[in-house]
Parts: sequence; structure tokens; C-alpha cells
Amino acid sequence: MTATATPRPEVGTARLRKEDAHLITGRSRFTDNMVLPGMLHLAMVRSPFAHAKITAIDVSAAQASPGVMAVLTGADVAAEQGSLPNAWPVTPDQKAPSHPSIAVEEVAFAGEIVAVVIARSVAAARDAVELVDVDYDELPVVMDLEEAATDKVLAHTSLESNKSATWVFDSAEAGTGTAIAEALANSDVVVERTLYQQRLIPAFMEPRSTVVDPTGEQITMWSATQIPHILRLMLALTLGIPESKVRVIAPDVGGGFGGKLQVTPEEVITLLAARRMGKPCKFTETRSESLQVAHHGRAQVQRLKIGATKDGIVTGLHVDLLADMGAYLGLITSGIPVLGAFMYNSIYKFPAYHFECHNIFTNKAWTDAYRGAGRPEATFAIERMMDELAGELGMDPLELREKNWIKHTEFPFTTVAGLEYDTGNYEAATEKALGLFGYDELRAEQQRRRESGATVQLGIGISTFTEMCGLAPSRVLGALNYAAGGWEHAQVRVLPTGNVEVVTGSSAHGQGHETAWSQLVADRLGVPFENVEVLHGDTQVSQRGLDTYGSRSLTVGGMAVLAAADKVIEKAKTIAAHMMEASEQDLEFANGSFTVRGTETSTSFGEIAFAAFSAHNLPDGMEPNLDSEATFDPANFSYPHGTHLAAMEVDTETGQVTVLKYVCVDDIGVVVNPMIVEGQVHGGLAQGIAQALYEEAVYDDAGTLVSGSFVDYLVPGAPDLPHYITARTETPATSNQLGAKGVGEAGTIASTPAIVNGVLDAIRHLGVKDIKMPCTPSRVWHALQEAKTTGGVQ
Amino acid sequence: MIPSAFDYAAPTTVAEALSLLADAESAGDDVKVLAGGQSLIPVMKLRLADPSMVVDLGRIPSLSGITDDGGSLTIGAMTPHHTVATDPLIAAFVPLLAQTAATVADPQVRHRGTIGGALVHADPAGDMPAAALALEAVFNLSGAGGNRSVNSADFFQGYFTTAVQEGEILTSITVPKYTGWGSHYEKFTRVSQQWSIVAVAALVRVEGGVIAQARLGLTNMASTPLRASSTESALAGCALEVGAIAAACANAADGTEPASDLNGDAAYRRHLATVLAKRAVLAAVGLSEERG
Amino acid sequence: MASSISITVEVDGVSYTDDVEPRLLLVQHLRERLGKTGTLIGCDTTNCGACTVHLDGVSVKSCTMFAVQADGHQVITIEGMAQNGKLAPLQEAFHQCHALQCGFCTPGMIMQSASLLKENPHPTESEIREGLEGNLCRCTGYQNIVAAVKSVADGVQYDDSGVSVSPSMLEDNSETAGVS
Repeated sequence: MTATATPRPEVGTARLRKEDAHLITGRSRFTDNMVLPGMLHLAMVRSPFAHAKITAIDVSAAQASPGVMAVLTGADVAAEQGSLPNAWPVTPDQKAPSHPSIAVEEVAFAGEIVAVVIARSVAAARDAVELVDVDYDELPVVMDLEEAATDKVLAHTSLESNKSATWVFDSAEAGTGTAIAEALANSDVVVERTLYQQRLIPAFMEPRSTVVDPTGEQITMWSATQIPHILRLMLALTLGIPESKVRVIAPDVGGGFGGKLQVTPEEVITLLAARRMGKPCKFTETRSESLQVAHHGRAQVQRLKIGATKDGIVTGLHVDLLADMGAYLGLITSGIPVLGAFMYNSIYKFPAYHFECHNIFTNKAWTDAYRGAGRPEATFAIERMMDELAGELGMDPLELREKNWIKHTEFPFTTVAGLEYDTGNYEAATEKALGLFGYDELRAEQQRRRESGATVQLGIGISTFTEMCGLAPSRVLGALNYAAGGWEHAQVRVLPTGNVEVVTGSSAHGQGHETAWSQLVADRLGVPFENVEVLHGDTQVSQRGLDTYGSRSLTVGGMAVLAAADKVIEKAKTIAAHMMEASEQDLEFANGSFTVRGTETSTSFGEIAFAAFSAHNLPDGMEPNLDSEATFDPANFSYPHGTHLAAMEVDTETGQVTVLKYVCVDDIGVVVNPMIVEGQVHGGLAQGIAQALYEEAVYDDAGTLVSGSFVDYLVPGAPDLPHYITARTETPATSNQLGAKGVGEAGTIASTPAIVNGVLDAIRHLGVKDIKMPCTPSRVWHALQEAKTTGGVQ
Repeated sequence: MIPSAFDYAAPTTVAEALSLLADAESAGDDVKVLAGGQSLIPVMKLRLADPSMVVDLGRIPSLSGITDDGGSLTIGAMTPHHTVATDPLIAAFVPLLAQTAATVADPQVRHRGTIGGALVHADPAGDMPAAALALEAVFNLSGAGGNRSVNSADFFQGYFTTAVQEGEILTSITVPKYTGWGSHYEKFTRVSQQWSIVAVAALVRVEGGVIAQARLGLTNMASTPLRASSTESALAGCALEVGAIAAACANAADGTEPASDLNGDAAYRRHLATVLAKRAVLAAVGLSEERG
Repeated sequence: MASSISITVEVDGVSYTDDVEPRLLLVQHLRERLGKTGTLIGCDTTNCGACTVHLDGVSVKSCTMFAVQADGHQVITIEGMAQNGKLAPLQEAFHQCHALQCGFCTPGMIMQSASLLKENPHPTESEIREGLEGNLCRCTGYQNIVAAVKSVADGVQYDDSGVSVSPSMLEDNSETAGVS
């Protein structure tokens, strides 16, 4: 290599974010900030009952309340409101109740909307909500998932069973492995456990808000959504409005984590109200409403059997899942457990695998995507089971993993679930993590504390995970019966000055796409980072897109951006050759200039951009612009992986659990912006740790959400979380030209089992084998007391 | 998020406040007295409280501040938690109160929330009541009938209920100086910002190498704060040893009736009370216990 | 029907006189009447801190105060932090340390951090974490927020390279290994 004046590449640089300026100065554009002339405000009347027939609604007092313009019930909009969409019928015989935005006859969870007040101010709307008189006939409720599976009480009177669908994958049937029954029968050891994935609430910081302006021919909706494009399509399909008449804008969106990957009743109702009133309408939920009705996540019972030889070679895994749909099927509710189905085998290469999930209705808020969506559940199950198996075999849990994982020399590797893992190096990530962690020293300290019978015991939790990211190859989605594809679209527009506008279908809400896409394009086109503007989140600007979820933005959306940029270069090359009277084959493109190979003759990107604009002297037949667009459909998923290690202290007197040290080494392939990546990992860890230790949506027997505010739904604060030690290894993905794998969900997926394994490792010797999440001090203490009275390990 | 409508008055003297309360009550208004508002306003926003009239004490200067009475300190009811937590007089003579105030909620709430508001609100999970009880504070009330003082033992009467009658306000508390005592507030939560699951306020006086006297207040072990009287008796004469102190604290939950909720059942809370009592007393006498 | 009350509040250096209903919360007054939409509402139980502003120089949650209580007082919001077009040190540090992602908690975080540093100019890491206990963030996991506050306490001067040099970014986290 010779030293040249090549500018530092943008890819790999910790560029400060373009997104920050308006957010740190308070010039934010969140939906609730919007005010339009004549705007009316909505407040929702919600059912206090989890299951009831609506027998009568009297809106007269509310209607007469000062400032009230209208009160709408389900009956008033029955003809136009349609049924909220489910885009993932996982089986042909999937059952689902109709799901009107405003309930008409029956409510099936507490918080379901039964009427809406439209008023001149939020206060007037809120006041009138109290005056709407609804008569209910209460029906029996079924809250517990395992009880719901027995069908003794039905969550909906319109359905004959609480079972929505059963989805099965079997390695013998699929031809990806052997039969599970035989494999388990021939195992030296079979460990059987039932694990519980508690119900979580995404709890994005910005409560959901929607503004609809019905002006003129088109309906414009601003909404706190992750999915402006899907939302537009679904509004059109649900309400029978031509898609071209709907414009959806996601302005600044304050976090989503899957929780804003939804078509919500509130969005539909705000649109219907605005259309009916002929005025802009706004609805912003309160936090209490958000916790109650914005979709929840996880909520599964995992019945697991893992077999192994006495030497610790895993022979097979049987997964029998109950998945709590809640009361309705949201956009992809039914597909969440299916997304996990391919990940239970994780990084291991055992020969037999059987997965079945039973999707069950209960009288709770409906569930849907929450950061990781199916994959955290799967990773938790297998990583907990590997620890249980290690405990059963008396083997170091790390050694057990090493014996079973795919070696880096074995890639590409087709798994028992039928996926082809392209690259990875579990040995390298683990070795690096062990070094940063001080594994041997901590094991020695653990031993010391065990021997001394210390009050505060120490445990080491291991989680070696992988996930499927870059959702998704459209053909795979089609094979799984998902209604849409998984491609992404981008446009690169070149302005006369040589400045570049990048239009992306990936609609960010905190992930930093404006910065990262600018870095991608700056490198590719050789233009300064500052000269690239990224436009997104408005279906009128970005006409095509499939939005942001599933760690897909860079690996799918970013590749579309690069593909569009490459087309720009091709066009520019033709013009450059014409300008310099050279053959295209003789041109080299580097650092934003075309040079005739072996000469000093060159022309810059800016000059070409102006030439394309002026169009005075373009090649015959050439369109006078450089603008290009591309749609990228990935050929495969990407498979980030990593090794997470948690040193956990458990105070055996109080049950208090503390993270003493947390180390994670993630291999997410090639990194565009290490600063943004690290931020994604930190935030993911926080949410994964929160599942392990703090958060749970709890209902009482009558169906009321007990953890209905931030007083009881414990989102951890700064003092409750540790300082994370993060590092990376890098094996580039082969499924995209950049080699990126995706990072949005990694921290969340990996950390939950690391923490719980660490808690159990600290007190396993005292006889505790499992603690339901979240591992609260009370649960830990009770588990210790129970172990004392039952005399310890079986 | 939006309270029901109400009428609002912000008197500038105690006398004016009392006459407003009397007028409102005779007019049949449902009156709420607004101190720092850090508990009242949230319940009004959720419409769990719908007063028709709010009397704001925030503009009565005489209700704020700390005065040295010689053997005691008098703390105005409208003194914010932050001031209580950082005031040099309180730090010197009643450090338990400062330490407890510093654990209330979060910094923003401590800037607005007041000691008097927290005491009159009397949330079983609130921190200040147990500290005031252990400190044997005297509660100074003003009402239409004049002023009266109530001992801490008589002040907390039930779930969110105190000796403050309709038409009365708490103007200050008087706390004896605890010169020569050690103290500690041991608070147990799952996340930092949370209300106490259980907490123990301990005041301990050591004489001649043994514990001469101890006063323990328990937070969230019943509908009111409680004194751990069995443990207080057991600690009298107790040697300054971890084992002896632990043994004395083993009955810290005697006579308590803790609730069961998402954070733990009654059995767990009773157990926690004994552990936290031990830890609070050990910290108060400057002993440490090997735990790791 | 409760009658309106005339109040005068100085917000970000400008005095505003308005008639308000007693039940109007300070945060609603700021957002809906004065257009100070930089201050955000994230909850209804005084937990999240997104609405934090300074009242007479100390941090308060503007969702847990009635606007009438602010009559005659001085309020500073996130929109009053930058002076003469120059970012306040905490604003600069949040940018430099990648202490925000979606940005919804950011105004409250910055306002509380400013109050914290005023009361304790040289906090330890755990004092910073405790000082932010009344502010929830769902994106960052807090580490970079803590780093940003620390960097201001430490007087770190940032260059204008546009590339992050925050302390946590300098950790060994970019080494590659085991490329297959």
C-alpha cells in the first residue's frame, strides 16, 4: 500500500449524529407538538371490564358537555370502520375474532375503546368521557394462558375455542434433521423444564399520538409510528380509501421497539373522526392508556425438553409453546412465536428439533412485536436449557456450549431449523469476552464465597446467542404465509450543486439512519458527509418502503441505498466519459472524481451533476439527471452473534440481585458507525436486563392491569443499570455487499438469559433451579426459602 | 392527565388559609390543601381525587424554614425535602431526617415536595412518616379553634389518615435534637425511584460500650408507620456485636401487618423488616457486617 | 365552572401574562399556550422526567405543578438553554457522547443534569446516576448520558471534527478478530 491522499472512509467512523441538533435544543417535531387550525381533540371511553357485552350506551350528557362537538360509538361507525388487520395468518385455518376499532357488541380486554369524544380541547374531551354512560353485561374472563388453553372459559363468545392456530416445525418432516422422539429416547440425559416469558410492555418514551388533516382530496396522517408505509396501505385496505388518497408522515418518533409496529384503533378512529368532522383531529394517549392498550410483548409458556449424551453432546430439542395472543391478533401477533421457531437451536448443531406453538387468546391487551420479537424468547429458552443441562451433567456451562456450537471452520452451516448461517466465529467472540470479563478470577471468587457461606453470593451467567436479522427475504416470508415482502427501497437524487438527497423507506425513530446513510453515500459517491441529506418518514417523499423493525435497516435498507448510489455512478460515468471524450472503460472513479486511467484528466462529481442538470451536452438519449432508485431484497437473513457474560451478586438475606459486571462481545459484521452501534447495544442490554430483573405486566383475576403506570411497571432508571463493557469481533456477512448483520436487537436478545443464568448460578448450590422473571428480590428470597425446606437440589 | 376543574386560592397567611378552608367547608366544597403537590397532583391528574376547591399553601412564607429552639428544631411544613436534606442545622442535630429526606422519590420531586405534605399525606410507603415517628416529632397544627400539638404516636391514624382534622393545617413539626445518637435510614426498593417496599429508620444511643436506647420506625409495614417496640426493648443493653444486634432485630416485625403486592407478600416484608432493622442499627452504631 | 386566573410567568427570559384555568398544568401552559413544545410529556405519574424544567433555578417536573403556582416565578426550559446561538455545555456533551437516540427524554435529561451539576459540580458516576433517578430513558441504557454529564463536570472541551471522542467510544471496542 502506498500512502495516498485518500480521505478517511466514512464507514467505520464514529460520526456525530445529524439527528441531534433539533432534539437537544427543543425544536423537536413529535406528533403531539403539532397544532393545526381548527384542530379538534379526541379522548377515548374505554371499557373497565376485561370481557363484557355492551348493552347500551348513552352519550347524551357527554354530547351536551361544554366544548364537545361529537361523541361516536361503535354503532355510529360500524359501516365504515372495518376490522383491524392481521397480516400474518400463520396457518390456513387460523381463527381470529373481528377487531373493530370501536367495540360494537363485545369487549374482550380492559381498555378496549367503546366510544370516542371529539371536543374543542383535550380537557373538554376528557371531562366528557366521564359523562358517557355505558351499560355492560359482564362475561367470564380468562386471564391465565395455561388455563385459556383448556378452553374452559372463552375469551370471545364469537369463537368456539381460545386456540387461534397451531404451527409446527419438525426437523424430520422438513428433512433438516432426524426425528425428535427417537433422539430423546436414545439420549443419556433428558432435561425437561417449563419456562415462563412474562408479559412485557414496550414502553417507548413518547406516548403514541396521531394527527389527521382531512383537507382537500387527500387525508394526511402524522403518527408516532415505525411503519408509515405499511400503515398507509393498511388504512387504505381497512377503510376502503384509495391508497393514493392517504399520506402518512412519521415525524420525530420517540422510540418504538416494535411497540409502534402496529395499525392501531386510535389511528383509525382519529382518521374517521377527522373525516366525519371535516376538521383536523388529534389524539394523544396518556401513559396510563399506553401501558394498558398499546400492544404488549413476549407472554409465552415454554415447555422444553433437551436431550444429550453423558459427554454433553446435545441430541435434540423439543419445544412446545403456548403463546398469549391477548384478546386480538394485531398486525403480526400470530407470527411472533414463528419468528422464534428458527432460533431455538441457536448456535448449536444438534440433529433433531421439534417446535410447535399454540397461539391462544386471553382477555388481555393483545401482544405483538417487542424488541427481538420471538427471538429473545427462543434464545432465553435454549440458553437457560444449556445451563440446566450443564447443571444436570455437572459440566461447566461454557464447556457444554463449546462442545455443541458450530465451529468457525464449519460455515456456511445449514441448521436443524433449515437456515443457512453464512458466517460467524463463536470461539473468537467467546475468547475475547472471557478476557475482558476475567472469567477465571470471578469463578475463584465465586468459589470463595460459596465456601465461606457469604451472605452475598456470586454467579456467572453466560449467553452465547445468535439471531436472524435483516428481515427478510421476501420468498421466505411468503413461504411463512406473511402477507408482504421484506425488501426495501431507496432513491438517490443528485442536485445541480452536487449535493445529494437520499430517500429511504426505512423510517427511523432514534436509530440514526440520517447519519449512517449519509456515511454510506458519502463513501460511495465521494461527496462530503455534510453534503448528503437523508429524507424519510413521509409516504409522499418516500413512496415505497417497508419501514423499520427486525434489525433490518442497514442490511436491507442500507443496501438499497448503496444499490441506488451505484446506479448514480453508472449514469455519471456515461456523462463523464462524454465530457472528457474518453471511453467509459478507461475511467476510474475514486474520491468523487472520474479520472481517465493513466492521465491527469478528470472531472468531479459536482461538475457532472451540473452537466446533468444543464443538459447542454449530454450523450444522445441520456436523461438529464443522475437520480436513481433501487429496491433490495435480501437473499438470506444475516446472523449476528455474540457472547455475553454477567457477574451477578445475590443477597441471600434480602433476595436483592445486582449486576456486578457485564461484558458483551458482539459480532455484527461490518460496522458503519461504531458510536451508533454501541448505543444500540447499550439500549438493548438495558431492555434485556429489565426483562430479567424488573418489568412485568401483571393483571388481577378480574382482568385489570395492575402494573398500569410507571409506579408499578418498573422501567429501570440510571441507578438500576450497570456500566456495560462492550466489544466486538467481526466476521462480515456474505448476504449483503457491506458485510453488515444488524444490531438493533442483539443486546436485548442476549442479555436476558445471561442475567438469569447468573442469578441461578449464584444460588444453584443452595438448591434453587429456577426463578420466574422478573427475578424480583421477593421471588429470589422465596425460592431460597423453598429450597431450604425441600432440602436443596433434587 | 388533566384534572377535573376546581377553584383555586393561594392565601399568603395562615389565618387567611384557615378562613378559606372554613368558608369552603361551610359551602360544602370538597377542599384539598395543596402543599408541594407531588402526591396530590398525580392523583388529581388520574382523577382519583376530584376536589372542587384547592387551597395552595405555597405562598405563605411563614410555613417554610428551619428554626433552632435550643433543645429542638422546628421545621416549617412547607420546607421542601431538598432543603431538609441539605440544611446544616438538620445535618448537625437530626441527621436521620436529612438522610431520610434525601431518599424521597427523585431530585425534582424533592425540590417541590414538602416535609409537611409528605407527613399529612401519610402514605404507608412514604419515608418521612417513619422517620418522624422514630424521632418522636411533635406535629404543630392550626385550625379555626386555635393551635394544638400532637405527638407522633398519635398523629398517624390509618391508611392515608392523620390527626389533622377538616379545617386544620399542619404548620410545622418540632424535632428534638439527637446529639450523641447515631442514626440510619435503611430503605429497600427494586428500582431507585420506587416507593419503599420496606424501610427502617433507626436512632441508637450508645453508652458504656452497649446500646443504651434505640428508636426504630418502620415504613410500609402496616397502614401507618410503626415503631418496632419489641426490637427497641431488646436492643436496650445490647452489646455492640453483629450477632447480638441481629438477634435483637429478629423480632422487628412483631405487631406489623404489612400488605402483599407486586413487590412482595407479607411474609417477605416481615422478613425484610428484620434484615433492614439489623442493617439500620449496625449502620447507626458504625458497625459493619461481612457480606461478600 | 372554575374561573380563570391571570398569571405572569417569565419563561426563557420573556415575561408572559395569560389567563389560565387553575387546573392547567405548567407543562400544558408551556406547550399549548406559549408554544414551548421542546418540553415533553412522557407519563402521568411524575415518574419519567421528560417534562423537567427549572423553576427559579432548580429542576421540577412541570407536569406536577399547576401553571398558577408558577405565577411570578421564572422558568427555564430546554429552549432557553442555548445562549446567543451557542449550545449549553450539556447540550454539546449530549451530542458528542451520543447520549440521545430518539431524543424524547433528552430535554428532561439535560435540564435535570444541569440542576444536578449546579448542586454538585463534581459528581461521581454513581452520584450522576442517582441524580438522574427521576428521568427515564428507553433508548440509551443511560451509559452515554452518564458519560455526557461527567464530561461536562470534568470540563472536557470538544473539537469540531464531527467525530465522537467520548470516553466510552475510546474503549477497546473496534478490534477485529477471527475473520473467516
